[in-house]
Amino acid sequence: MSSAPPAVHSHDPAGHGHDAHHDHDEHGASHGTFGGYLTGFLLSILLTAIPFWLIMGDVFRSPTTAAIVVLVFAAIQIVVHMVYFLHMNSKSESGWTMLALIFTIVVVVITLAGSFWVMHHLNANMMPMAPHDDTMPMSPEGMRQMR
Amino acid sequence: MTTTTIASGAAAPQFYTTKEHHPENGTLLGFWLYLMSDCLIFAVLFACYGVLGRSYAAGPSGKDLFDLGLVALNTAFLLLSSITYGFAMLEMAKNRKGSTLFWLGVTGLFGAAFLCVEIYEFAHLIHEGATPQRSAFLSSFFALVGTHGLHVTFGIIWLITLMVQVTRRGLIPENRRRLACLSMFWHFLDVIWIGVFTFVYLMGTL
Repeated sequence: MSSAPPAVHSHDPAGHGHDAHHDHDEHGASHGTFGGYLTGFLLSILLTAIPFWLIMGDVFRSPTTAAIVVLVFAAIQIVVHMVYFLHMNSKSESGWTMLALIFTIVVVVITLAGSFWVMHHLNANMMPMAPHDDTMPMSPEGMRQMR
Repeated sequence: MTTTTIASGAAAPQFYTTKEHHPENGTLLGFWLYLMSDCLIFAVLFACYGVLGRSYAAGPSGKDLFDLGLVALNTAFLLLSSITYGFAMLEMAKNRKGSTLFWLGVTGLFGAAFLCVEIYEFAHLIHEGATPQRSAFLSSFFALVGTHGLHVTFGIIWLITLMVQVTRRGLIPENRRRLACLSMFWHFLDVIWIGVFTFVYLMGTL
């Protein structure tokens, strides 16, 4: 497969860079633009700084609320990185990258949610609290925070 | 655009051959699939940390150990390296070899700075007795963050290799394809780091 492109390019070495550029543009601008990178960078700084400030400044009194809020910020920032840095869209590679991504997200969600769900019940039903484990808040409230 | 090239007659066959650029995109799609499988490795490590992350075995907890200032610095290094890699890709699109190499070098330096801070953090933890053997929490912590650090290490090795390639061969199509793959790898590591600093460090200090 790798031997094919050089043979093609040898026909027109000078014009290649130009052609390649247009070709990429047709497939959804895989290089991105300066404005796109800058937007993504500024957004990700904002989306990083806010959760750090929330946690370091102890803004929320309830740890559960704080955990949910920082997780939401992380989810938004992951989408920002996917769009502005990894140039994800439904058109690149005729939609195959998006399909692979959706499949991966499904598997990741099953892995994470399944593990936490099963292990939570295992802990709750099978493991009596040993006295020396006091550092671990294993109340139902604590378990909910963990997730 | 294609209609004009076909109309110009003699140039038409050449433009048809560039349509067979799809193998190059095939590489990028294949690399994307690799990244997705890498994503599953991290999903398992995250699940591991999620399950074991509060099993301190009467040892130190994240609240005792984590220095969020250091993590913020590390995050800044990785974010900056992402945008500088973006600049390198933009310069590559403009066919400027020198400035592409410059931005790749800057990216490598930020990546190295990230690694140095992480190694300092690990050394500090181990010095304090918070080794991977201490508790299930620390085992899963070192496995997850260490795997990410290993990825960054190999990313830097790959980056240096490509800098040598570009210096010697220039911005040939093969090197452009390789740089595009490393670009995806590098930005992907940044995405994983978002999960790490949120799930491990920020939620660990709650």
